Amino acid sequence: MHRHSNGCAAARCGAALLLAFHPGLLPAQDTAVAVRGGTILPMTGPEIKNGVLVVERGKIVAVGPAGQVKIPAGAKIVEAGGRVLMPGLIDTHSHIADAEWNDKASPIQGDVRILDALNPFADGVKRARAGGITTVNIMPGSGHLMSGQTAYLKLRDATRIEDMLICSDPITQICGGMKMANGTNSRGDPPFPGSRAKSAALVREKFIKAMEYREGLRQADSTKRPARDLELEGIAQVLDGKRVVHFHTHRADDIMTVLRLQREFGFRVVLHHTSEAWKVAKEIAQAGVPVSLIVIDSPGGKQEAIDWHPENGAALVKAGVLVGFHTDDWITDSRFFIRAAAMSVRAGMPRQKALEGLTIAGARILELEKRIGSLEPGKDADFIVLSGDPLSVYTRVEQTWIDGKKLFDLHDPVQRNYATGGYGYSRDDRVEIDEDAADAEVAR
Amino acid sequence: MSRPPKRKLRAAPGSGRVLAAWRPAMLLALAPGAARAQVAVRGEIVYTMAGAPIKNGVVLVGKAGTIERVGPAGSVSIPKGYRVLAAKVVTPGLIDAHTVVGLAGALNAPFDQDQLDKSNPIQPDLRAVDAYNSRELLVGWLRHYGITTIHTGHGPGALISGQTMIVKTREVLTPRDVLDSTAMIALTVGPEVEKTFAPKSPGSRTKGIAMLREEFVKAQEYVKKRAAATAEKPVARDLNLDILADVLTGKIPVLATAQSARDIETTLRLAREFGFRLVLDGAAESYLLLDQLKAANVPIIIHPTMVRNAALMQNASVETIAKLRAAGLRVALQSGYEAYVPKTRVVLFEAAMAAGWGLPPEQALASITIDAARILGVEQRVGSLEPGKDGDLALFDGDPLEYLTHVCAVVMDGEVVEAGCH
Repeated sequence: MHRHSNGCAAARCGAALLLAFHPGLLPAQDTAVAVRGGTILPMTGPEIKNGVLVVERGKIVAVGPAGQVKIPAGAKIVEAGGRVLMPGLIDTHSHIADAEWNDKASPIQGDVRILDALNPFADGVKRARAGGITTVNIMPGSGHLMSGQTAYLKLRDATRIEDMLICSDPITQICGGMKMANGTNSRGDPPFPGSRAKSAALVREKFIKAMEYREGLRQADSTKRPARDLELEGIAQVLDGKRVVHFHTHRADDIMTVLRLQREFGFRVVLHHTSEAWKVAKEIAQAGVPVSLIVIDSPGGKQEAIDWHPENGAALVKAGVLVGFHTDDWITDSRFFIRAAAMSVRAGMPRQKALEGLTIAGARILELEKRIGSLEPGKDADFIVLSGDPLSVYTRVEQTWIDGKKLFDLHDPVQRNYATGGYGYSRDDRVEIDEDAADAEVAR
Repeated sequence: MSRPPKRKLRAAPGSGRVLAAWRPAMLLALAPGAARAQVAVRGEIVYTMAGAPIKNGVVLVGKAGTIERVGPAGSVSIPKGYRVLAAKVVTPGLIDAHTVVGLAGALNAPFDQDQLDKSNPIQPDLRAVDAYNSRELLVGWLRHYGITTIHTGHGPGALISGQTMIVKTREVLTPRDVLDSTAMIALTVGPEVEKTFAPKSPGSRTKGIAMLREEFVKAQEYVKKRAAATAEKPVARDLNLDILADVLTGKIPVLATAQSARDIETTLRLAREFGFRLVLDGAAESYLLLDQLKAANVPIIIHPTMVRNAALMQNASVETIAKLRAAGLRVALQSGYEAYVPKTRVVLFEAAMAAGWGLPPEQALASITIDAARILGVEQRVGSLEPGKDGDLALFDGDPLEYLTHVCAVVMDGEVVEAGCH
């Protein structure tokens, strides 16, 4: 089926819908928008009943109770009575937008940038918005010790990936983190490591090379400086603390290995997935590193995930760890991201901490808390409108706004399909995790 | 690799708190066969799934492990000596209408994956009972969320991968816990069969269907031979054709996994040609074929609501089950088949998401209780709270479908097999 470039099935796209779907065709959102009447969960402050949120030129300009917030003359009014507003959700680990797995040339590929693979037109982007997600950390896979540079994106409507990046220039700026992995996914036949100890040794060797590279660049005599090496440059950014490591790790001993490497080389790190975090919550807290949790419905699928526990969030928060969530889409589906927080509350995580895990904690994990993650004046106008309490199964994401533009509306009959699924609304070029791949992985 | 030790109440090192960890066998101190206590379960709301919910209801389970009485507290008095359990909401033990758990294990290693043999695309003689592991971690995982009966067995991926069985989720089975050892044969229509057997046959949809038809024609001949056989002239026994003959004579239904509309239509065509009893499985694009499915009056065990929209399931919708129900079709939910992490889904959560997307909550509950029991043909034993049925109950501290509600106890045949809210 031919599809319009914005993802609308051409046969079903009326002109009005097209406009609704394509804010880029409209003049920039210069007029203020005031969303009023709903309950606002700002995340960094107490809940506001009958609140007003005013946004203008992509930023939040005011938030507070009705009567205390001045709505600018001429502002477009969005009535949100009975609804709940909260910040746009931040998915700290995703593989949407046709993210690719690297080739098997080598186990450490610090020069590979995921942004060069990403497709802004992918249905996954629209499905994530339908789940209330406004910012994502898109990563390469876990099949390598270091699979490359991740991309922090806002899920804007765009024709080139640069226009979705959270930074303005990927050539001169650092626009993401560095993906690393340990445990079993990154093992394999040579040149891949055949054991956990070998995995750590290969990583240490590479980090020491990067330290030497960094030293070399500091030579006064420019003729003695090493030639530019994109991979070592990326790792040097990690060593300099300019690029955060996002470390896939499941078993408690693997988590401790990450912390050991982190102590040795002093990089900044976020622990991802952490099936067995509940066993070493205190140690994680002592190391002062945050965790990005996955919430699934059962343990297993591989040995290192058989002790996965829904109380991970509760145990980590109790120990004092900063906890965010992720979908790992397509391990779990972006459309159901809120469920990660809800199921964690079911298992004992405090409600506020769980909601922060979807928003401001994710922003802190990505070091973007000055721009996103809460509803405060001066921050990006990224917010969602929910039909009710965020932690109820009967609540739907009705609207998703990014930079002051409404990019998802459940009541739009075409966009609704990205929330529900249906014929022709999920046609991405996904990397499939099929049974054979899973078997091969376990057999390694 | 050995199985991990059973989780017990344990201090989480680091957090210093007691994790109310999953502890499948905590209350299984009662040896199988030990005298069962008589139990009275009180619920502020009791969903019997046989009539309207009862406010302040009581369910009495007698020594035999079967339900004696169900009714409002005012009309059912609790006899002396009965152990009393109380909960906000009580439902029948839940039913997962199709899974591979027990044949597929959590480790996902070759030694714990018995749901699909790849030596031959048609193997109806493979019995689920010869592979089912009642002690599997994932069986306990389902049980602790209130699932007391599962329809499990050979998975999708071969033209006929083998048989399925209906079994209670007890860790230690008695013969009574196997409700049906040969429930259905698992047949798959669609390109995943090619993926399993490449580069051998079948290499296309059409080839796969031709191979199935050849086999069913052989079975038709076998039925005739079997009928004509005498003690002096017995028919040479063929284990595969024995089962297919039972399928053709209506004794065993076909569980046909088909996701795309064309594969569903092919399945209906096969069923028309050979006259077997059909239960449709997966059926991602069934919402495109409501009229045909109604005309065929075929029951459907629909894919998990939260199934990944990829490959053959790319067109799945969270609203399909609601549409099928609204069209008057018989539907049940399944946890399906998972190849990686997580290794199983939980039908309670899949029903909840269906309710979130428009399926009336009581219908969502029916899809994992009485409707599932009827499609599986075990409604005499399980699926509703009625006198004479098995004393299987799930106890909740709120709306069973809500994210924040906990399953606080699971009762099987009157025994508390799981306790502690999770």
